[in-house]
Amino acid sequence: MADLLFRSVRVETLRIDWLDDFTLIYHRASGITHLLNAPAPEILATLGEAGMTLAELTDNLSAEFDLPDLDAGALAARLDELVAAGLVIAA
Amino acid sequence: MRHVFSVKIGPVGFRVGSDWRAPVAQLADLYAHYPQPDDGVPDFTVRLFAARPWRRFVRPAVMIGGDFVLPEAAPLPLAQGLLAAEMGMNLQMALGQRRYLLLHASAVERDGRALLMTGVSGAGKSTLAALLSLRGWRLMGDEFALLDPATGLIHAFPRLVSLKNAAIGVVERAAPERRFGPLLAGTPKGDIRHLVPDAAAVAAMHVPAQPALILFPSFGFEPAQREISHSEAFVRLTQASTNYVSLGERGFTALTGLVKSTPALAIDYPDTDSAIAQVEAAWEALGQDS
Repeated sequence: MADLLFRSVRVETLRIDWLDDFTLIYHRASGITHLLNAPAPEILATLGEAGMTLAELTDNLSAEFDLPDLDAGALAARLDELVAAGLVIAA
Repeated sequence: MRHVFSVKIGPVGFRVGSDWRAPVAQLADLYAHYPQPDDGVPDFTVRLFAARPWRRFVRPAVMIGGDFVLPEAAPLPLAQGLLAAEMGMNLQMALGQRRYLLLHASAVERDGRALLMTGVSGAGKSTLAALLSLRGWRLMGDEFALLDPATGLIHAFPRLVSLKNAAIGVVERAAPERRFGPLLAGTPKGDIRHLVPDAAAVAAMHVPAQPALILFPSFGFEPAQREISHSEAFVRLTQASTNYVSLGERGFTALTGLVKSTPALAIDYPDTDSAIAQVEAAWEALGQDS
């Protein structure tokens, strides 16, 4: 997993809205509606379409959200969920 | 088919063909004050037919067919032919409707604003809609509320109100006998009796309403009320919609718009008198807030 490059699906395939603390994503490519809460929307926004490794993602999220003790293992689990949901592509 | 009945319910035209006269005669009687489909062209067709020719006469069993079918649907006895027709019409809507987001909810209207009530079977959707319609509200429907993705308005679908089991007696005590269809005893859903919507509901069924309140009633509990968040309302209503997925992004837009603009409450009630009082109070409070 350390060498894999993760990137968000193309942003034009997503319709994003917000309800309460949830981020709603309608994925046009699959027709599936996703209800996400933290940190999933932050992961998607940080990854972007260019892509980054798990280590780079951990560093970027730590810096952006001031989380010095970010658990890379937990982050990897969230990434796996987003890959399974079809919102993140691993290559 | 041998016997044919056509009707327009809300914005939707139906044609029901039947191998037997009785179900069509009952429909014609109960829907007597409804209009015909626009230009005589129905949106959906339902067929009530015998699985084998001799089953028209020998222990007649009514199969439900039409533009959209459930292959595993079991036939009903001819005495329940009216129920078969209603199930067939609901099935066409549930599987075939693409113009509106279909919410499995009852709806009533007052002052141009719609109250939606949704919940599991037995929650009291039909009963409450029927009782409210006898207290000055306009009945928009007891089964489906039609949300127009283009406007955000609720369109009426005031088919016969389907009352089940204990709800039959409750509404019989409140409405005149002439408003009811025959008692259909021992159906797969228990006893069923239909209430005919009043003439005003039918005359105004082409008039949509702005959604103003969404209620999630639960029967069998001490009176209680809690606000439902936008996100919970969204999830519950996706589950209460038969065509959210097939409408794609239009459904997403329609439903997020509805839950953001419409307050939602869960109400628990021990009996229908309490429920009516709670609904009226919630509606009054709405007027004070806005």
